[in-house]
Amino acid sequence: MWAIISVLVENKPGVLFKVTNLFRSRNFNIDSISVGVTENPEYSRMTITTIGDEKQVTQIIKQLDKMIDTVEVMRLDEKMSVYRELVLMKIKVSKPSESMEIMNLANAFGCKVHDVRKTSIMIEITATPDRINSLEDLVKGYGILEIARTGICALPRGGINES
Amino acid sequence: MEKMSGARSLMVALEKEGVELVFGLPGGANLPIYDELYKSNIRHILARHEQSAAHMADGFGRVSRRPGVCFATSGPGATNLVTGIATAQADSAPMIAVTGQVPLKMIGKDAFQESDIIGISNPIVKYAFQPTSPAEIPEVVKKAFYISSTGRPGPVLIDIPKDVQQNEAEMKFPDDIKIKGYHPWVDPDIAEIERAIEMLLSAERPIILAGGGVIISGAFAELQSIAELLMIPVVTTFKGKGSFPENHPLSLGPIGMHGHAEANKMMVEADCVLAAGSRFSDRSVGTFEEFEKRLKIIHMDVDPAEIGKNQTTSVAVVGDVKTSLRIMVKMLIQKTIKRGGDYPWLKRVNETKEYYRENLKLYNHPLGAAKVLRKLREVLPHQSIVTTEVGQHQMWASLFFDVIQPGTFFSSTGLGTMGWGFPAAIGAKAAKPGVPVVDIAGEGSFNMTENSLAVSVLDNLPVIVFIMNNFSLGMVAQWQRTFYDRRMIGIDLKNCPDYVKIAQAYGAQGIRAESLDEIGNAVKTALKSDIATVIDIPIDPEEDVLPFVAPGTPLKDMILPS
Repeated sequence: MWAIISVLVENKPGVLFKVTNLFRSRNFNIDSISVGVTENPEYSRMTITTIGDEKQVTQIIKQLDKMIDTVEVMRLDEKMSVYRELVLMKIKVSKPSESMEIMNLANAFGCKVHDVRKTSIMIEITATPDRINSLEDLVKGYGILEIARTGICALPRGGINES
Repeated sequence: MEKMSGARSLMVALEKEGVELVFGLPGGANLPIYDELYKSNIRHILARHEQSAAHMADGFGRVSRRPGVCFATSGPGATNLVTGIATAQADSAPMIAVTGQVPLKMIGKDAFQESDIIGISNPIVKYAFQPTSPAEIPEVVKKAFYISSTGRPGPVLIDIPKDVQQNEAEMKFPDDIKIKGYHPWVDPDIAEIERAIEMLLSAERPIILAGGGVIISGAFAELQSIAELLMIPVVTTFKGKGSFPENHPLSLGPIGMHGHAEANKMMVEADCVLAAGSRFSDRSVGTFEEFEKRLKIIHMDVDPAEIGKNQTTSVAVVGDVKTSLRIMVKMLIQKTIKRGGDYPWLKRVNETKEYYRENLKLYNHPLGAAKVLRKLREVLPHQSIVTTEVGQHQMWASLFFDVIQPGTFFSSTGLGTMGWGFPAAIGAKAAKPGVPVVDIAGEGSFNMTENSLAVSVLDNLPVIVFIMNNFSLGMVAQWQRTFYDRRMIGIDLKNCPDYVKIAQAYGAQGIRAESLDEIGNAVKTALKSDIATVIDIPIDPEEDVLPFVAPGTPLKDMILPS
């Protein structure tokens, strides 16, 4: 089971280490993690995606909650949240006609095209993991030279206290 | 506001927390702290190894139920504390460890005696601070004591770079602090407690499993009231040993790998358990699956993360165990709920208890463990504090040494740290100088921290070390006999050193006791004496600890002595 956990933490040195060390020492699994400061500079928000059964996910949330540097721990419902990942992909261009094909695909997926060269194109996609995977499958044939991804970043839909 | 150095502010903050003594060792990176210790009213107890300093603080903390404090320098001083900190964490003991660190600008330069103790200690502390300016220290100390002693207690580390100790700042000592992400006080859910009562009443074969949480929260009277009102037999975990008087008619003693036969047997037959302050460790329950399959579990714990960690529960009451049990007692009294002692389960429990007490074969030797420990019980006043080392003697103490006055028995149960018992006993003595303190020891374990004899003698903290000496690492020997076809390796200590002479070399009293009478007399002599006493008792190296539940097997497969 895939779970998205949103963790509001104190914005201070060492907290990311403690969170990831907790996952390591308890034998939990981090699928992706993204961190950034929030509207309040005292806090950062970590979005962690993990894979585990119901019991494991519950235990992860409880152990995160127990940490003194975590202020709020929420499990996000996929249907009730917006979650996105940003991916940069460098795709190989073997012949000139491929360049056009790749750009068309990129457009269809709402990607930004960044760095067009004779032998490669870099595209940026911000989407759900499913959509990113579909694009990845489609461009695989051309040859993916390099990928960098940010990890999932997510927020629940609706206003504060309205869900 | 007052201008002072970081080191001075540490002393003032410690004094404000009521600290009267610290256990520690000085070194290059904590000299400014020691210089202020010199000027303060806080008593310093010079340990001979940082691990022992930590165990002393641990023993002090468990007995006084407020954090014990230990000091160490940077680098090896700090890393030597690690085992002691991990022991306190595993057993939820309150402790403050203050380490010196190399100056701020040297951190990360692999400086002399630099170790990343914040990183090293991360998984074994409740929290760690590294103040980077002296002005932070008063608040850090306040927070450290608050975190260490509230909720589920645990060790907190304060790592102070040398220049942060030396530099001066305007200090403000806060009266109150708030930590946004820390909420140790949770009010127990009344509805869940009501459900728990219903479940206990409708169960045919209820049992109470009392864990370390009962001892930490001091919920002895509440536990006893519930057991007596509902006539429910009480088993304990090893950590919870002595949370309920072991001479009480409803007491069955500890369950687990080396639990009492009647306790394990009844735990297996029960249909509903009220687990109070227990984390269902593997050593207590054998296999997790076996337990939750057949039992309705009511789980009370102050730590919400313990609920469902090892066992699926039917009813969960999160909150301080004493508070939860007190509410339960109140409800029972208000609703005049009482159960008579004539129901079939209790009859079965009493019969089983009687059966094992009469028929369980004890090791046939003039100094068999049962005889030796019952002799100690006979001559030792009930209010005495007992610690243990780790190994066979520890498990024999669990089996054969009855704790009569709740909250007087302490052991390294979670981490199983050899060498813990003696320094912890010294810490206990510092916390309660008026009562006798005994370390039930094995020679292998005592050997690890025996240099604390210097502390016991010189700092006038006389404890009794009761060595059950089988000239070997007995528990390992037992496993090699049982599981490795008697291929004995790495266990023979060859009667070296001579513990009577070791004691005398430190200026302590050393007595060899070779019969039950001599043991009784030696303990009586030690109790009358105001100096540390080591009693060396040669026992049979072949004696196994029985009953025994092999690791990874359920309690029902307990091996009994034949």
